[in-house]
Amino acid sequence: MSELPLLQFDAVAEGEDVAPFVLENVNRTHFVKYAGASGDFNPMHHDDTMAQAVGYPSVFGHGMFSAGVLSGYVTRLIGGVANLRKFSTQFRGQIWPGDTVTFSAKITGKSTENGENRVDMDLAVTNQDGKAIVLGSATAALTS
Amino acid sequence: MADKSIIGMDIGTTVIPVERGKIREFAAAILDESPEYETEGPPAPPTFTMTVAFWPRVGPMPDLGLNYMRVLHAEQQYEYLLPVQAGDTLTAHTTIDDVYTKEGKKGGTLTFVVFKTSFTNQRNETAIVARQVIVETAKAAV
Repeated sequence: MSELPLLQFDAVAEGEDVAPFVLENVNRTHFVKYAGASGDFNPMHHDDTMAQAVGYPSVFGHGMFSAGVLSGYVTRLIGGVANLRKFSTQFRGQIWPGDTVTFSAKITGKSTENGENRVDMDLAVTNQDGKAIVLGSATAALTS
Repeated sequence: MADKSIIGMDIGTTVIPVERGKIREFAAAILDESPEYETEGPPAPPTFTMTVAFWPRVGPMPDLGLNYMRVLHAEQQYEYLLPVQAGDTLTAHTTIDDVYTKEGKKGGTLTFVVFKTSFTNQRNETAIVARQVIVETAKAAV
């Protein structure tokens, strides 16, 4: 995992792009590990023979694999799982073996709620062609 | 095709023990090497509740009128109200929150079904509220 910045409320600005996390050369082992950990054994994610039989070029990643890696990117930025208040994802495309995938965030709002300093972020998972795999948003509490 | 008559339908309950080893496995699968998952009482990763799939549902799965060959996962949303960590026990209770339709860009009607799951901890406090949106396409998804 590359080093990510720890976001602080006083230091971030609305409209700011946060340093991305890049996952190079996604492979089948990523999908198989996620299948085992999550219990989602849809064969489209681990069985090339079955995926090709219904017209896909190969297996592809679970939407929740991409969303899960995205959630880890966010929790590292905000200083831990305990600071996450909301996390939402929309599935727009597929992640294929060999892809290089970028996880990114943009600060869209700052507010104080329930005595906490919070930021809203837009999130994206895009492939090497710039195509959106997942779009999302998150709300997190930050230290000042 | 699912219709609005299923809104409010009870989809049952599942009890999930939140286990330290499963958290480690899940964190590894989402490529998260944060030290917080190496502690004795690690937090559940944000999407950990997907592991509800491993635990038996209490109560029958009602017929929602969906053709699962045409169903895709469209959205997943979480609200985190209280921390969840290893040693907790979550009770997941799912209902149908909404059903709506949109006209697809390639023709045909898309039917969206929103499942709302409340995850309550062993102190009977709601810790996480999740919404899963699935879409039933007019034609086969594959």
